[in-house]
Amino acid sequence: MQKRQVQKLTMIEVKNITKVYGNAGIEKVKAVDGISFTIKDGEFVAIMGPSGSGKSTLMHILGALDTPTSGTYHLDGKDVSSLSDEELAEIRRNHIGFVFQSFNLLPRTTVLRNVSLPLMYAGVKPELRDVRAKSALKSAGLDESHFLHLSNQLSGGQIQRVAIARALVNDPSLILADEPTGNLDTRTGEIVLGTFQRLNKEKGSTIVLITHEPDIAMHANRIIHIRDGKIVEDKINPHPTKARTDVADPI
Amino acid sequence: MTISDIYHETSSALLANKVRSGLTMLGIVIGIGSVIALTAIGEGSQSSIQNSIQSIGSNLILVMPGATQTPGSIVSVGRGTAQTLTDDDATAVGQLQGVVAVDPEVQTSKQVVYQGMNTRTTVIGTSEQYPAVRNLQIGDGSYFTASQVSSLAQVAIIGPTVESDLFATGTEPVGQQINIGGNDFTIIGVSVAKGGSGFSNQDDQIFIPITTAQQLFTGNKYASTISVEADTTADMANVQAEITTLLLSRHGISNPASADFSTVNQTDIAATATSVSSTFTVLLAAVAGISLLVGGIGIMNMMLTTVTERTREIGLRKAIGAKKSDISTQFLVEAVSLTFIGGIIGVILGVTASYLTTTFAGITTNITSSSIILAFCVSAGIGIIFGYYPARRAAGLNPIEALRYE
Repeated sequence: MQKRQVQKLTMIEVKNITKVYGNAGIEKVKAVDGISFTIKDGEFVAIMGPSGSGKSTLMHILGALDTPTSGTYHLDGKDVSSLSDEELAEIRRNHIGFVFQSFNLLPRTTVLRNVSLPLMYAGVKPELRDVRAKSALKSAGLDESHFLHLSNQLSGGQIQRVAIARALVNDPSLILADEPTGNLDTRTGEIVLGTFQRLNKEKGSTIVLITHEPDIAMHANRIIHIRDGKIVEDKINPHPTKARTDVADPI
Repeated sequence: MTISDIYHETSSALLANKVRSGLTMLGIVIGIGSVIALTAIGEGSQSSIQNSIQSIGSNLILVMPGATQTPGSIVSVGRGTAQTLTDDDATAVGQLQGVVAVDPEVQTSKQVVYQGMNTRTTVIGTSEQYPAVRNLQIGDGSYFTASQVSSLAQVAIIGPTVESDLFATGTEPVGQQINIGGNDFTIIGVSVAKGGSGFSNQDDQIFIPITTAQQLFTGNKYASTISVEADTTADMANVQAEITTLLLSRHGISNPASADFSTVNQTDIAATATSVSSTFTVLLAAVAGISLLVGGIGIMNMMLTTVTERTREIGLRKAIGAKKSDISTQFLVEAVSLTFIGGIIGVILGVTASYLTTTFAGITTNITSSSIILAFCVSAGIGIIFGYYPARRAAGLNPIEALRYE
């Protein structure tokens, strides 16, 4: 994985998207109400909002887990807004890496195998998977001694690093982190945020962080504030909080 | 996904819940095992019936006296007790083309005495052709000859059961005098055991010349059965028709419906017995099949539980790019593996059970390769049928809801 060379290409282009739940006759709920923004390659953006603001729905659309009711969404030049289930699966497989609040590692499975899972679905040859998984784990800052441990033998911080490595392993266009620190204590959360900052800086990974905590959002370079399905603020964060570097070392 | 990926995913999923997988598999094991064992018992009884039919002769046609009805009367004399077949009929049948040998017989039941021992047994009067026509082997001594038949010799061949009833172990029966129904006979041979038969014990019999039997016991010239051996199996129907035509004309009967005799060939007997025993086999297999069906429902139940339990895992797999087909393959292979492994163990169990049945209960069993192949196909098929719905359900889950599932 090399640092992306062109920094200023548009990675995400969202134009006036809406997402409406409920059918005709039932009261309709507009979870996302006409949102537009662009995110350039190599940006570290936090999407912040209280619960019920529509940020989860927005994340599902950005993550190709769902399609918008109207509007367009281009990811890395591809129109994702009107694809079929199978085409969405292809986008997720090759262009997006997810980091979840609840980690979602496979239990009773080794760290290495958890990380190489996306490669299995992408059809990468088994002999290449371990090499790529190990390199992703190193990028995510997990010490090599843990690679063959079972996922349930790790600490919270280690688990989230494995999850980050799993998101990185496909060399995705976009890393989507949904409340990645929500289930971690402050110190471990700091480690994870430091890892994101390092990946963004050193590898030029495009990262979108979804959170409801302003403190967490302050670690990103740009903060998009959402409320009631609308953007209320979209600003550059000139002085992002630096995660303590001493804890961002391999664990 | 490569084959080894699927293998890895399946084995780790099944081993994660060893007890549950084992119990679910047990349903299939018992189902397949009982199908194998019960069809083996059915097939075994079928082949033992076939064997005993074969043992009464080859290409055999039996002619028996039939119902006779005097013109104008509604009373008919019962089949088998009627006296319509004579020695001359037998001789005439012997002249027909395609007939290899003919043997007229009379049968009666008599008290047989040797010194202090006595038994009541079937005494059959036959011609010298009997061993050839009815596949009778003589172990000790020999059968009587044509000249002994024409000279009304008082000689007898005894069956092995009669031998053991009358003679102490180690006594040589050939040459001994026995008394049959008040007349003395010399034993000149002992027949070889034919084993149990479906209809009567073929070893508990005494054979004497038909002429002697007619003279001493029945007092007439009638035969109770004429056994005819045709030259080939293919020719049997033909020979049977010729016999019917010949006897009708000899007895002066124009309407075949009022024939005073009946003929039956060995193939018909075999076909009847086979159809009876295959009904029996199908019945056994159906009972076993029901337990297999119940086992299959157990598989479906477990797979549905598994899909529910692993909803979040399925959501994750979809989020990181698994196609619907990847998910459904994974769950389908899990179900098929369970039934297939269950099938293998079931076959082993079934084979062992039929072996034990033969050893301890003395029932003939016959495990056919077709029943084993069928069992494998059925077990894999059950996996597909009962695994399909849960697999589809897993593949159809919405990743967003699956990830949120608690």
